[in-house]
Amino acid sequence: MNLQEHNISDNNFEQCIKCTVCTVYCPVSAANADFPGPKQSGPDGERLRLKKPDFYDEALKYCINCKRCEVACPSNVRIGDIIQAARIKYSKKKPTVRDFMLANTDLMGTLSTPFAPVVNFALGLKPTKAVLDGVMKIDHRRMFPKYAFGTFEGWLKKQAQRQASFDRQVAYFHGCYVNYNHPQLGKDFVKVMNAAGFGVQLLDREKCCGVALISNGFINQARKQGQVNIESIRKKLADRDMTVLGTSSTCIFTLRDEYPHLLNIENGDVRDRIELATRFLYRLLSDGKVNFRFRRDKKLKVAYHTPCHMEKLGWSYYSVELLKMIPGVEVQMLDSQCCGIAGTYGFKKENYEVSQRIGEGLFRQIEESGADYVVTDCETCKWQIEMSTSRRCEHPISILAQMLES
Amino acid sequence: MKFDTLIIGGGLSGLVCGIRLAKQGQRCAIVSSGQSALHFSSGSFDLLNALPDGRVVENPLEAWEELAQQAPQHPYVKLGRAMMEELAAEVPGLLGAAGVLVQGTADKNHRRFTPLGELKPTWLTLEGYAVSREADRLPWKKAALFNIAGFLDFYTGFIVGGLEKWGVECTTRLFNMGALEHLRKNPSEMRSANIARVFAVQENLEELGRVLQRNAGDAEVILLPAVLGLERTHALAYLREVAGKEVLVLPTLPPSVPGLNAQLQLRKYFQELGGTYMLGDSILRAEIEDARVMRVYSYNHGNISFVADHVILATGSYFSQGLVATSDRIYEPVFGLDIDYPVDRENWLDLRFFARQAYQSFGVKTDECFRGMKDGQPLSNLYVAGAVLGGFNALKEGCGAGVSLLTALDVARQIIDKC
Repeated sequence: MNLQEHNISDNNFEQCIKCTVCTVYCPVSAANADFPGPKQSGPDGERLRLKKPDFYDEALKYCINCKRCEVACPSNVRIGDIIQAARIKYSKKKPTVRDFMLANTDLMGTLSTPFAPVVNFALGLKPTKAVLDGVMKIDHRRMFPKYAFGTFEGWLKKQAQRQASFDRQVAYFHGCYVNYNHPQLGKDFVKVMNAAGFGVQLLDREKCCGVALISNGFINQARKQGQVNIESIRKKLADRDMTVLGTSSTCIFTLRDEYPHLLNIENGDVRDRIELATRFLYRLLSDGKVNFRFRRDKKLKVAYHTPCHMEKLGWSYYSVELLKMIPGVEVQMLDSQCCGIAGTYGFKKENYEVSQRIGEGLFRQIEESGADYVVTDCETCKWQIEMSTSRRCEHPISILAQMLES
Repeated sequence: MKFDTLIIGGGLSGLVCGIRLAKQGQRCAIVSSGQSALHFSSGSFDLLNALPDGRVVENPLEAWEELAQQAPQHPYVKLGRAMMEELAAEVPGLLGAAGVLVQGTADKNHRRFTPLGELKPTWLTLEGYAVSREADRLPWKKAALFNIAGFLDFYTGFIVGGLEKWGVECTTRLFNMGALEHLRKNPSEMRSANIARVFAVQENLEELGRVLQRNAGDAEVILLPAVLGLERTHALAYLREVAGKEVLVLPTLPPSVPGLNAQLQLRKYFQELGGTYMLGDSILRAEIEDARVMRVYSYNHGNISFVADHVILATGSYFSQGLVATSDRIYEPVFGLDIDYPVDRENWLDLRFFARQAYQSFGVKTDECFRGMKDGQPLSNLYVAGAVLGGFNALKEGCGAGVSLLTALDVARQIIDKC
């Protein structure tokens, strides 16, 4: 049954039977009529593009690569991959300086963290926003995630010795957001893993997973960074009984599934040993190999939002089950739908309104939920939800850390 | 991942089975490899419209004996006459509890419209659709048919022709409104689901109400393409009130808005009852020991397996890859269950496209309790329901939805009785 593996061509557009189900579930189609929709952009367009590249339509840039078309497709057509691959192959549009800045999360983070208080202050100022909006076409209504004063890597290196004292070890692919903006999530991860009896180590070299580079058209750079990551992971896992864990659903999805399909990076030998922390913990807990002690004095009501790439991975089950295991935590599932930000997409002036329109239904549900927190596995969903609703948004690992008995 | 019952396939059969079991307090998971055939629904569920020899059936329950003679392997025959009646009576209530309201009874077929204006017999039809209780006449003399200008999946010419055949006078009116204008930018997006999103906004629905009120003339009934009611159930009631007369819908070509709404309602109801619904995943393989399914593995979940007391295969037919046909064989890809079909490929199909096609009735072999057979032996905890079953021809007999619903409920009943 798995046509994801056994397709006839590299690109299984011929499996499409034109049923249009993908278009029904495309969040962009619903919000932006300039987008030709996944069926037209993907398998239908591919048939034409193979005949003549001139049939490439620049409107494919509106695709947010959420993969909800693939989740809905009854014929397992890799619609989202077809669209992304077409953008890589045929788009003649050169990325702008703005795109470069948004895509290079690593570089911007490295430049900003040493001066975080100044940078955060400046990014919040009206004149800065006006310049970003007018010159750079980054929408002035968008709130920037704050930079941290000092990186997560720096923090972890200081306690490398303590982490090495654990018999069992995991490697952490922290991602740019944890490193430069939200080291607290990384610290929460370390706290939880330590409580489970695992020490945490870094990869020798970690680069940005490249998801923003791919979506902004910097494919060569994305491939180079991807190769560094997979090499580091390979080196770390060689001869060791170890897993590489992440806390960002998009980073992990990119490392596992976008590298081979979009960047031609072979990862088959390590793919199964790269996973999300919540999946790793779910397995330990359900096998009875770990027993957490939770505090009893605290009650929380949380609403779980399924990020698009989590929906594609099919792994929200683990995060939700983990939350349900915590005494005193009441979990409500929000309908799985796109929040609209799609990484750097929602930062761009030309996309801002579509981005907010896509998320409307979700924001309404969140306001009606009465939850203390929204919980989700994706950092960009967190920015979008915190900017667009009255609720704080946290990672399941942070909730777990908060509820552990100290 | 431990469940009481794992259901493979999230269409009509899988969802109904899951709902029935979850209502009984079972912990169920449904794994579905994509959205289901409900997205192509005409708005009706057939029980039995014709016998294998072609005779038209008016009372599906009474036709059981004749069916048993002509098609002894038919799933209804395995169910038995009494169980067929009992389970069929259970369906409207179960669908209704999920918010999927239907009209019709199992002892008398009514008539529904096809998207091309033909009348066909059926068992249950979603509320709001135009139907006729009688086989040879329609309940109105004068109708006003409305369509959105540029909406290509609804052929008013055919429908008017169909209505005139039954002596109904019908006017056609194309309309447009500002809120629909943005869909026109892209002809491929002028689709039922996108139009439905426009009418899900109250002010647009109000404008539609005014269009109908102004232009319906002296017609007794207003007919619209089924592009209403996406996530809201009161659109038709509202329009009736504004127009001051009956407003009904007719099916469009796919995607079917009422069909996808039904899928959504059933899935939500299943989840409210505590069920886990996993979309976009494929079950790859199973471990079987002593004729019992021990564990199954999926693409997304990799080395974390599903463990369940009972497993239900409701993966559908060729369209949803519950059955796979290659040039030399037909197989069931998850468990490799036995399938009854002639070795010689020439006997699979009739080159006359509209003839009765043999491949339509190939499917998984089961014992009398719908337990799947592998190498001639039933697997003790694997039940099979819906279109993946063999022994019936859904197209020619008009029994696809009935088989999906009744076998799903029967399998659920057996599992509950056992526990």
